[in-house]
Amino acid sequence: MTTPGRAFAYAPAPESRSAADIAPSYGLFVDGRFAEAADGATLKTVNPATEEVLSEVAVGGEADVDRAVKAARKAFKAWSALPGAERAKYLFRIARLIQEHARELAVLETLDNGKPIRESRDVDLPLVAAHFFHHAGWADKLAYAGFGPNPRPLGVAGQVIPWNFPLLMLAWKIAPALATGNTVVLKPAETTPLTALRFAEICVEAGLPPGVVNIVTGAGATGRAVVAHPDVDKIAFTGSTPVGKEIIRTVAGTGRRLTLELGGKAANIVYDDAALDSAIEGIVNGVFFNQGQVCCAGSRLLVQESVADEVVAMLTRRLGTLRLGDPLDKNTDIGAINSAAQLDRVKALAAAGDDEGAERWTAPCAIPAKGFWFPPTVFTGVTQAHRIAREEIFGPVLSVLTFRTPAEAVEKANNTPYGLSAGVWTEKGAKALWTAQRLRAGVVWTNTFNRFDPASPFGGFKESGFGREGGRHGLGAYLNV
Amino acid sequence: MSEMSEKIMRASGSGRLAVAKTYKLFIGGAFPRSESGRVYAVTDTKDRTLANAPRGTRKDARDAVAAARRAFPGWSGATAYNRGQVLYRIAEMLEARRDEFAAEVGAAEGIGRGKASAAVDAAVDRWVWYAGWTDKLAQVAGGANPVAGPYANWSTPEPTGVVAVLAPRTSSLLGLTGVLAPVVATGNTAVVLAAEKAPLPALAFAEVLAVSDVPAGVVNILSGPVAEVAPWLAAHQDVNAIDLAGASHTAGLASVRDLEIAAADNLKRVLRPDAKEPDWAADPGVDRMLAFTETRTVWHPTGT
Repeated sequence: MTTPGRAFAYAPAPESRSAADIAPSYGLFVDGRFAEAADGATLKTVNPATEEVLSEVAVGGEADVDRAVKAARKAFKAWSALPGAERAKYLFRIARLIQEHARELAVLETLDNGKPIRESRDVDLPLVAAHFFHHAGWADKLAYAGFGPNPRPLGVAGQVIPWNFPLLMLAWKIAPALATGNTVVLKPAETTPLTALRFAEICVEAGLPPGVVNIVTGAGATGRAVVAHPDVDKIAFTGSTPVGKEIIRTVAGTGRRLTLELGGKAANIVYDDAALDSAIEGIVNGVFFNQGQVCCAGSRLLVQESVADEVVAMLTRRLGTLRLGDPLDKNTDIGAINSAAQLDRVKALAAAGDDEGAERWTAPCAIPAKGFWFPPTVFTGVTQAHRIAREEIFGPVLSVLTFRTPAEAVEKANNTPYGLSAGVWTEKGAKALWTAQRLRAGVVWTNTFNRFDPASPFGGFKESGFGREGGRHGLGAYLNV
Repeated sequence: MSEMSEKIMRASGSGRLAVAKTYKLFIGGAFPRSESGRVYAVTDTKDRTLANAPRGTRKDARDAVAAARRAFPGWSGATAYNRGQVLYRIAEMLEARRDEFAAEVGAAEGIGRGKASAAVDAAVDRWVWYAGWTDKLAQVAGGANPVAGPYANWSTPEPTGVVAVLAPRTSSLLGLTGVLAPVVATGNTAVVLAAEKAPLPALAFAEVLAVSDVPAGVVNILSGPVAEVAPWLAAHQDVNAIDLAGASHTAGLASVRDLEIAAADNLKRVLRPDAKEPDWAADPGVDRMLAFTETRTVWHPTGT
């Protein structure tokens, strides 16, 4: 791929695919063993960058979910009774094994998900290990977490996670659940099951008692079976807002505990006194990280009118330098969209931007012949009523809106049913804090974006869901308090 | 027609006929009748009529939500110190009217003067307790997070927004305080549906609020059948959270399950009711306050 005006090209620097072994087929991980689905159903998982079939994975049905819940229930008694210090050691072991297998897991994640190896290696895997490491330390300190002297686990946690950060979302869910003494039945996403299954092997390697972690692969029906199972005490879900609402309706009236991490439409506010070079990097990271398939992506750029032309010019110039292509290449910035279905959704929403009169700019990059790709795209002339300013796109598409005053910036930023994250760029500390205090979002990044840490609570306001993950706030979601 | 209670009929020793009160709703700091013009008879535990209460409607509920929404920026933006003083002022005003409320609560709940007085005193003390929480919760529930990088990172509890409250069914003033005070202490604004069978203390309490420096719209009080009004509150798209304390666990329009389902549409935060009504005199802890807060985490780079 060449870009006009580029001084030099990069030689390919591919990571070795052989770092990851992929079996031709996988069963469900229940009660410490892999087994076929009761009815033998399977699905194929493909590499979204090449459309190559990577493996065949069992599809759990109601009977399989029931078996997994029973295994988790059986394991709960001993696991929850284990002294916290012992549970901690299992979690520390898992953290260390993840670090030892980091390269393999990063390659596997990139193959199954399509994200650049630079991100799976440098962002996902370090955070996965950090989440287990952080929560390991909580296991024997729960009495100090502020939930009373003797907080108890809830029981069996049913967890359903998305495809955008398959292993990281697993870590966010499993680490706090185990640290607090719960056992889990986790359903990975249909299109990205492989790292969760590799994680199951790591649990075996760590000597984790059977049934404490169960992985039931499958699609929507499998997830619904987990959510609806009457012997699950707590549901944790990360995914779309419509599915979150469906889950509330399923759980309604049962008294079962629920945390939801749902969609977002984050505003990234750039004031005219921002350090613009930093802001540009933040905007790029905000919406093109992981191909924009991030619930907290900064997909609405709110830029002060006086610098709007300059910012858009700088931004498109910068986007022209992004390299789209082989996710396993260490130079790749933009990988593949996770699935054909997701690519269709991104295309449809971008088309709505055209239809509603916004102006589309596309980064000049060659699209590979095979696989699911969407180039970095910027819409200008966007108004608040446009679908691309209101609906979560979950792809590398940025909508640019302008504002004149700080009050207008805050009002436009908050003019959304979502409230997951937001960004603020200004060199004036007072203005940054003033803005952050008024943004109705669970995470506000000022002069940075997309920072995550296991010690830092993450979660939404409004229709972005409820409950927090990370830090002591996240623990409460798994304790009977 | 049920017998009239002493409360209405009571006459002074000189044979003077008492002036009976027309109880009204409390919306946006004003005391309107229900827009429907309807009332329902409120009876005491011996089925004697105490008074008529406004039979609130969907429109009344919408007006109350709109008033609560208008009041939210000011109330949530007020300093915690200021909110604490306003809550303390409520206690002051209630203290001055203890006898009146003991009579209201006694009639509404069918309990003796001593028990009723104790409930009123406990309610006064509870407002004082919550007044002291406004500037402390952030230190208890928030804090600095030690992230692995060059960032200042801190979390604070923030109000959720407009909270609908179904007041507990039996404890007409102390229970009402137990559910309302934590909502407003944390900077939310409230739309309360008073206990269906014992709404008069709540409606009288609105008169306390009106003279307590509580900004108009911060607390709005409705009365009417739970089955009729609660579903509109649960389904209202501009209500951010709902406390189902007073919802019936039995089947019917306003069953907990139906209200939770209605609340799903805009991801309302739902505080589910306890299996049986809690002891409102016991230490309530911070759970009710935290149920209506969101944690906001702010990141900022550090460096030179």
